Amino acid sequence: MITEGNIIKIAGPVIIADGMRGTQMHEMVRVGEAKLIGEIIELEGDTATIQVYEETAGIKPGEIVESTGGPLSVELGPGIMGSIYDGIERPLEIIKAESGDFIARGIQVPSIDKEKKWTFKPVVSVGDKVTGGDIIGEVEETSAVVHKIIVPPSVSGTIKSIVNGDYTVVDDIAEVETEDGTIEKVQMLQIWPVRKARPYVEKLDPDIPLVTGQRAQDTFFSVAKGGTAAIPGPFGSGKTVTQQQLAKWADADIVVYIGCGERGNEMTEVLTEFPFLDDPKTGNPIMDRTVLIANTSNMPVAAREACVYTGITIAEYFRDQGYDVALMADSTSRWAEAMREISGRLEEMPGEEGYPAYLASRLAQFYERAGRVLTIGTEPQEASISVVGAVSPPGGDLSEPVTQNTLRITKVFWALDASLADKRHFPSIDWLQSYSLYVDSIQNWWQETVGDDWRANRDEAMVLLQEESELQEIVQLVGPDALPDSQQVTLQTARMLREDFLQQNAFDDVDTYCPPKKQADMLRTILLFNKEAQNAIARGGDIKKLESLPIKDDIARMKYIPTEEFEDRVKEIKAKVVEQIGGV
Amino acid sequence: MNTDIKTREYTTVTEVAGPLMVVEGVEGVAYNEMVDIETPAGEKRSGQVLEVRDDIAVIQVFEGTQDLNTKTTKTRFTGSTAKIGVSKEMMGRIFNGTGKPIDGGPEIIPEKDLDINGSPMNPTSREYPADFIQTGISTIDGMNTLVRGQKLPIFSGSGLPHNDLAAQIARQAKVVGEDTEFTVIFGAMGITHEEANFFMNEFERTGALEKVTVFMNLADDPAIERILTPKMALTTAEYFAFELGMHVLVILTDLTNYCEALREISAARDEVPGRRGYPGYMYTDLAGIYERAGRIQGKEGSITQMPILVMPQDDITHPIPDLTGYITEGQIVLSRDIFRKGIYPPVDVLPSLSRLMSGGIGDGKTRPDHSGVSDQMYSAYAEGRDLRDLVAVVGEEALTERDQSFLKFADEFENRFVTQTKDEDRSIEETLDLGWDMFRILPRSELKRVKDEFVAEHLKD
Repeated sequence: MITEGNIIKIAGPVIIADGMRGTQMHEMVRVGEAKLIGEIIELEGDTATIQVYEETAGIKPGEIVESTGGPLSVELGPGIMGSIYDGIERPLEIIKAESGDFIARGIQVPSIDKEKKWTFKPVVSVGDKVTGGDIIGEVEETSAVVHKIIVPPSVSGTIKSIVNGDYTVVDDIAEVETEDGTIEKVQMLQIWPVRKARPYVEKLDPDIPLVTGQRAQDTFFSVAKGGTAAIPGPFGSGKTVTQQQLAKWADADIVVYIGCGERGNEMTEVLTEFPFLDDPKTGNPIMDRTVLIANTSNMPVAAREACVYTGITIAEYFRDQGYDVALMADSTSRWAEAMREISGRLEEMPGEEGYPAYLASRLAQFYERAGRVLTIGTEPQEASISVVGAVSPPGGDLSEPVTQNTLRITKVFWALDASLADKRHFPSIDWLQSYSLYVDSIQNWWQETVGDDWRANRDEAMVLLQEESELQEIVQLVGPDALPDSQQVTLQTARMLREDFLQQNAFDDVDTYCPPKKQADMLRTILLFNKEAQNAIARGGDIKKLESLPIKDDIARMKYIPTEEFEDRVKEIKAKVVEQIGGV
Repeated sequence: MNTDIKTREYTTVTEVAGPLMVVEGVEGVAYNEMVDIETPAGEKRSGQVLEVRDDIAVIQVFEGTQDLNTKTTKTRFTGSTAKIGVSKEMMGRIFNGTGKPIDGGPEIIPEKDLDINGSPMNPTSREYPADFIQTGISTIDGMNTLVRGQKLPIFSGSGLPHNDLAAQIARQAKVVGEDTEFTVIFGAMGITHEEANFFMNEFERTGALEKVTVFMNLADDPAIERILTPKMALTTAEYFAFELGMHVLVILTDLTNYCEALREISAARDEVPGRRGYPGYMYTDLAGIYERAGRIQGKEGSITQMPILVMPQDDITHPIPDLTGYITEGQIVLSRDIFRKGIYPPVDVLPSLSRLMSGGIGDGKTRPDHSGVSDQMYSAYAEGRDLRDLVAVVGEEALTERDQSFLKFADEFENRFVTQTKDEDRSIEETLDLGWDMFRILPRSELKRVKDEFVAEHLKD
């Protein structure tokens, strides 16, 4: 049923229309002669308040508002992978073909190509029983991703017919006879409302780490598959590079990258770089397993509010196919600000710092859509969505509402620090402030993968770094020479940990990705240095000689040794550590 | 857009408050539509619709609401949003903040009428900026490299020489190996006559005046007019860059005044304020300005933006520099401490940053050792600065030899690398060689950020 109302008020991205009785909350509408896309966010009697996803300049009272009968939804199916969408899943490439280099208003383009034929291979046969979530066929979408076609969550019954061959996403590919005898036709294309989480059976414990190849994140502050992490960082602290490194190197099958209210050139960088970057595991371009959502800061603010929902719905759809998905949202502060802006236009009673009172619950709802789950279907699969949300605290002040409400929900905190960034310590993750609550649950995985000493080494290194910060306070007062020799060794080792282990060069071909075994071996080598040096001091060795050992250069350059040579080279380095310190 | 040209003139102003007025009984008025206003004395002003509800329109008046009354003030709705007529002839001309010529020359005959709000550039159409711009200033070229299509603001404090620096950059900026020069568009918001004269004299002295397009809103012009000025300048810049194929450098000063004007309107409308009373949509609004820099695939021209903003109380966490820093691709920060030492330009490299640097430097662009030299200088200078605090407590003698070398490096860095004269145009080679020269102060084993092969090449002896 289509309802038609009339605009009575316009203020920025928010309009009010009357004659809207019969429409639903969150229903999508077309606003005005330009047919701008909007969503109903408040209903009162005959009037509806609508947030409009496009610029509203030039719209007049009296123009028509048409309801569409459905909530704001995304289209899901083959053709998503490798695309770049705006906040409401309109493909930017196609918008460009239609309206040129600048984005025009009221453009209607399909999210997924309805003409393109995909080769559908069935994996069930006629007579098989299926329920919602079951995989009935596969499409090889890109070199990296086999797109599994699943039965929509609401459908179950017996397969009456199924096709094999080339079809478009809107062709019927199967017929399912439900229990009451009706025939449901199934297409590859599914439509799902963005504000509704897709169903799953149960949540599983997060006991497998999401390996990122970044030493600070993996060894010290690891995030689990299905976990949530927050990266708050003042501007210039390297937040975006950190996010992009995760998108490039995390061992997820699918990456959904949401550029929410960020810079246009940054999205361009991702677009120009990702197609040429190869996945370290498969050798396929990273773009083949990536979906980008770009709603830059100068694109309409309401679409910014919607873009995180669009992203997480796409992520859930791939999770339901049995994949591990990593979702990066950069930055959730811009999303929260979009909420604040809309709330202000609605003249709602503001909460802290003008943010709406429902900020905390919206953030929690979003992060709770992450998790490692058993998918629905006859044979449940383990699959996950890990969410990494960047937060941009105004003035670097972590006590502001968005950061605080985010930290209440997320389990990992990567505290980026501007003063580290000033010293060009990258990634500028502050090792004393950051934490991960997953360390205990993922410990077994690490110890099975890199050796039983993993947890002990990690903890020892953390203690050394903690000691260093205490010693630094004394050094500030009395100078380093006043410390006993053994504490000076601690300072030397901690410095190695900082400079040679925690610092990682994202722009170096080798150092940009550090596999778990190499990480563990690098840490072992530094700790070996510490042990041998402490022994040398204990037997009366000269601290000055220790300071100028050539082996320290070898340790500093460990990170640049290519992975395939690393195992042999690190043995030599360890031998040299023992030999050179033995001579002190 | 409504194209009927029936005159819609009303005398039904019911309220005048601050920069706003309310007109009732209007029909068919569009959001953001431009309005012509005639005061009771017959003076012409312009305004823009901020909100429409049924037959009520809220209008912001650009030239101020003084002398308006609720009886005989005439308002005429023009049926179009704010536009500027652009033409190649605008080059070398001076306009006021609302785009009217004030240099005594003829009116511009527009080749095109463009909406001053522009449209967002499609991210897939953008070309990633990667052409090195040599500004001749070591702290920028060597350590915070500017590239063509970047937006790089100068964060300054009151009384610091940001104007000199901006003028020097406008004068010296060039792409090495290309003849094309930058076309400068200068947008001034709320600056004093003195500052305006400084820039005009500077452009005149260097013979650049016929290549500069100036939009001038001075301190004694109506504050609300400032809302339009940067948009006028950038719409013109987009026309020059993407239709005429020019490389445009847009200098906007002072963004702080622009934001104050935003706050004034917001307060007059009784909006829920955000941090320090600035409106909640200030981020979106500033993004609408800064994001209009860049390059487009397959197009010749480019827009490089250098906005200047004076940080209130030198506070970089103030909402204006803070939100700006989240949108722009880095910042050049001027420091009062360095200025007090008599150093020009007083750039503090530690909080300064260019996010697009890595794409614009290195082999084939500047020199292969560029990124290593920059990283090494950053970390050595940061360490030297930290040591200064320590020296204040324990004295220089208590430091190790290694630490003393870093201390010396920090001093030399400020005196030789940062310091240059107002017309000193250093090439990138000179800048990098200067860096190598200073590395001699440090122990060779401390040069960890530069690759060994470069150390061997540049420190032969």
